[in-house]
Amino acid sequence: MISATLRSLGIAIAAAMILHANVARAEDTKVMIDNFTFAPAQLTVKIGTTVTWTNRDDIPHTVVSAGKFRSKAMDTDGSFSFTFTDAGEYKYFCSLHPHMTGTVRVE
Amino acid sequence: MRHHDHNDENPGVSRRRVLECMTWAGTGVLWTVTGGVPRSLGLVGSAQAAEPAGMTFLQLSDSHVGFDKPANPNAIGTLEEAINKINAMPAKPSFMIHTGDITHLSKPAEFDNAERIISQAKLDVHYVPGEHDFIDEEVKLYKERYGKGTKGAGWYSFDAGGVHFIGLVNVVDLKGGGLGNLGSEQLEWLEDDLKGKSKSTPIVLFAHIPLWTVYPQWGWGTEDGGRALEYVKGFGSVTVLNGHIHQVMQKVEGNVTFHTARSTAFPQPAPGAAPSPGPMKVADDKLRTMLGVASINFKQNNQPLAIIDTPLAG
Repeated sequence: MISATLRSLGIAIAAAMILHANVARAEDTKVMIDNFTFAPAQLTVKIGTTVTWTNRDDIPHTVVSAGKFRSKAMDTDGSFSFTFTDAGEYKYFCSLHPHMTGTVRVE
Repeated sequence: MRHHDHNDENPGVSRRRVLECMTWAGTGVLWTVTGGVPRSLGLVGSAQAAEPAGMTFLQLSDSHVGFDKPANPNAIGTLEEAINKINAMPAKPSFMIHTGDITHLSKPAEFDNAERIISQAKLDVHYVPGEHDFIDEEVKLYKERYGKGTKGAGWYSFDAGGVHFIGLVNVVDLKGGGLGNLGSEQLEWLEDDLKGKSKSTPIVLFAHIPLWTVYPQWGWGTEDGGRALEYVKGFGSVTVLNGHIHQVMQKVEGNVTFHTARSTAFPQPAPGAAPSPGPMKVADDKLRTMLGVASINFKQNNQPLAIIDTPLAG
């Protein structure tokens, strides 16, 4: 009984460690939309990073990078994620409020 | 259904006549603009008493049907109030224009609800889209409903009461870092549409985003709006009616009167008065003083043009 419990505990710890390692490697990054502004507006990430934009305004917004990615309209608390697999500079904007702009630099 | 009423026998206003605009603002003060200089006309009651003759049409804007956030949890309800106000008007207007953002999220039910309520006014409605009307996945719901007989993304013109009306679309193909956008195809169409029109024909241009630069920091302007205004320059009377900014703003430049209408859904802050142009939460008893409709009157026989903004309350 005891050894079975210890074994399952060990598996649980190992699983938790693997999960934790995965999270750390992915370097998920968040961009918040508040007051018609992307924050941070300038972002530098490693290849393989997933960036998640979340809209906290009472007005829908989008995230569009010409030819690269395009979200649907995100209503309040809506979000959109994109995983950057290629290096480069990705300029993006809100197609509804084009004065809202941001950049993700992928290295 | 869009109804085009052709009536070219009453030019309505002449090139050299005085341009006079009246605004019934929330404060109840009327003002007039003569030669670009505003002056007060008096209190609202006096203008109300003087019943306008000539052609009157209404401008509805920014209904945002589906909006339910704190700035107005019941945008459907305030649209209904606006329509009730229109139905209670002593003189029935000729028709309405709607300058966009009919819906909040372009959902089918939002378009259905808007149609159900607005149709209760039993008036023809000439629509132009706002950016909120083009966010369904396939970007087809607005065009299916209101795009019949229009060009491109939904622009068109028609004549009514001797006035030439032009509905423009400046909410598509927006460029990062830019403002509203008409695009060269639409501008070429506009130039062509105006060809051969007598310069004494009164022109009304209407579009969602202001065609003039109100506040570029918030995107309140149209990148190539100046080109559209070039084409109407020689006309004796030009009225530009917009929405988008959810507040009354007006200016006169030569023969051109620019005017933005209130929303029926929620107010937005004055330019630069808040961190963002987002919905402005005001005290419940103030909300209806900041929502409303505009009534535009073209008097015939060289009488002045009048724009009267009527809040839902106050």
